[in-house]
Amino acid sequence: MGNTKIKIENLYKIFGRNSKDSIQLVENGMGKDELLEKKGHVLGLNNINMSIEESSVHVVMGLSGSGKSTLIRHINRLIDPTGGKVEVDGQDITQLDILALNEFRKNKTGMVFQRFGLLPHLNILDNVTFGLDIKKVEKSIAQSKATEWLKKVGLVGYEKRYPQELSGGMQQRVGLARALTNDPEILLMDEAFSALDPLIKKDMQDILIDLQKELKKTIVFITHDLDEALKLGDKIAILKDGFMDQEGTAIDILLEPKTDYVKRFVEDVNRSRVLKAKNIMEDQSTVPDELMSGQKMTLAQETVIEKFIDKVITEQPNLIEVKEQEKIVGYITPQRLSFILQK
Amino acid sequence: MIDLLTEFPALPRTFLRDFKRGIDNGFKEFSRSYGDAIETFFYPLLKFLVFIEQLLLATPWPIFIGVVAFLGYWATRSYKLVLGVIVALFVVGLFGMWEDTMETTGIIVVSTLVAILVGIPLGILMSKSNNAQSILTPILDFMQTLPPFVYLIPVVMLLGIGKVPGLIAVVIYAVPPVVRLTNLGIREVDKEIIEAAESFGATPRQKLYKVQIPLAMPTIFAGINQTIMMALAMVIIASMIGVKGLGLEVLRSITNQYLAIGLLNGTAIVVIAIIFDRISQAYGKRVQEHRKGGHH
Repeated sequence: MGNTKIKIENLYKIFGRNSKDSIQLVENGMGKDELLEKKGHVLGLNNINMSIEESSVHVVMGLSGSGKSTLIRHINRLIDPTGGKVEVDGQDITQLDILALNEFRKNKTGMVFQRFGLLPHLNILDNVTFGLDIKKVEKSIAQSKATEWLKKVGLVGYEKRYPQELSGGMQQRVGLARALTNDPEILLMDEAFSALDPLIKKDMQDILIDLQKELKKTIVFITHDLDEALKLGDKIAILKDGFMDQEGTAIDILLEPKTDYVKRFVEDVNRSRVLKAKNIMEDQSTVPDELMSGQKMTLAQETVIEKFIDKVITEQPNLIEVKEQEKIVGYITPQRLSFILQK
Repeated sequence: MIDLLTEFPALPRTFLRDFKRGIDNGFKEFSRSYGDAIETFFYPLLKFLVFIEQLLLATPWPIFIGVVAFLGYWATRSYKLVLGVIVALFVVGLFGMWEDTMETTGIIVVSTLVAILVGIPLGILMSKSNNAQSILTPILDFMQTLPPFVYLIPVVMLLGIGKVPGLIAVVIYAVPPVVRLTNLGIREVDKEIIEAAESFGATPRQKLYKVQIPLAMPTIFAGINQTIMMALAMVIIASMIGVKGLGLEVLRSITNQYLAIGLLNGTAIVVIAIIFDRISQAYGKRVQEHRKGGHH
């Protein structure tokens, strides 16, 4: 994988008057409840450190009140931090003045909101060109770009409609198209699919996965739904009360939950349904030589375990090869598979 | 002892006389030295008011009725309303109140325009700054609790009797709703939509013109509607300080006990009140259409 795109260092957010003084108290171990009682300050984020790789999907997961929406708003500074740094491409955005910040927002980030945040007085086409309109891009250019994105999210023919006339899923496709029309390097998605019906939600996840294959944007995705996190995330960070409990790949979190909180989250997950071949595959170096010459079976890397487990049982291969576009990217031994499913 | 309880112990008569005289003289002094300047300041307003009045009076009555009927149709899309407007204006004209009605309409139009011109920027200022809001809110509260008659006193003292003082009294009386509702409308805009605009790097000005004002429009229009209604009420009262039109006739009928004149002019006032109210409310609703997902 690539370089670090976003780096968050010692990030604190404490809500309340003169909250800077409270950082010290939190550093010395004062908890959320005590801080609220003694100083009247609300601890939003507690010493968050994370680095987000370019072109990866980084999911931040937590229940409501965990600070996940606060965290994502620090990346485009819709919220100013109380302390700490947020670096994008090596530039500390917490130091930008308002003009530079607006330039940064225009060029680097796009955001998709839980309740869509569409402009009810503008039609779909004008909603999608909104970002370019703010950038003062010529209208005809903006419209042709917008039309292209509307096509990609499957909304051809809805240009002249108004947001209220569309279903939730369609509105969020508008929201996605609006963010992408600006061609941002970073896509911030704040519970983008949480307000949608389960089936629509699945469709939207699939649209995002499809688009991402081609776009390779850096995506920060907030959710409270573990299945969604596992499905979309290259990496997953779990937040609780403003503190990051654990960060890792889907497999790290499922197999080695570090805290009781994470453990309780992952307990009921059906691993065969959420883990894909690419999540559990290993390098050639870990595969014993005798297996390399035995009977093999081939899989696409996006296949979930559930979809190939039957075939493994009937064919009983010595080794499973994982491919992406005709290229072998990793291997799964039957031992590994049973270990993953049992642990 | 008994005297002290039955009669209120007022300040000595001579003191009160000097006190009142002092204030009066001070005020006279003030208006003598600044009166001209104030008049010059308001002169363009007078010109504008006279222009609108002349325009309304010079317009042939069928054209005026046609324009109002068209506005009514454009705002409401209701033939019933259009028919009502035409019949009502016709009756008003038949009973010889056309000119008075035009004068009253003129001053309402002008005072509403001035109130909007003053009120919307004030409302925007209030929505942008909590300080401005905490200063302006008690002033607006105070203005709305004052009896309308009281407005006339300082205006008459400063500017005397005439069209402009009347207009200013009307504007001051009518401006609070549009200020309040502009503020409310902008503050009510969904926080997520504001965040969306900010996330695209919108400047405060872009945010205001592209997002906040358009979304606050229905609420602002509710404010304008209330402002028009209040202007109408005040125009009648302002007839006491020289505003001509239907109000003056009503005043005449009250002081001389002319029942018929009172009834007729009162009815004419109700007629223009209803026309203004229907048209401005219906337009406000149309502005709101997309919000409610109309269009079907």
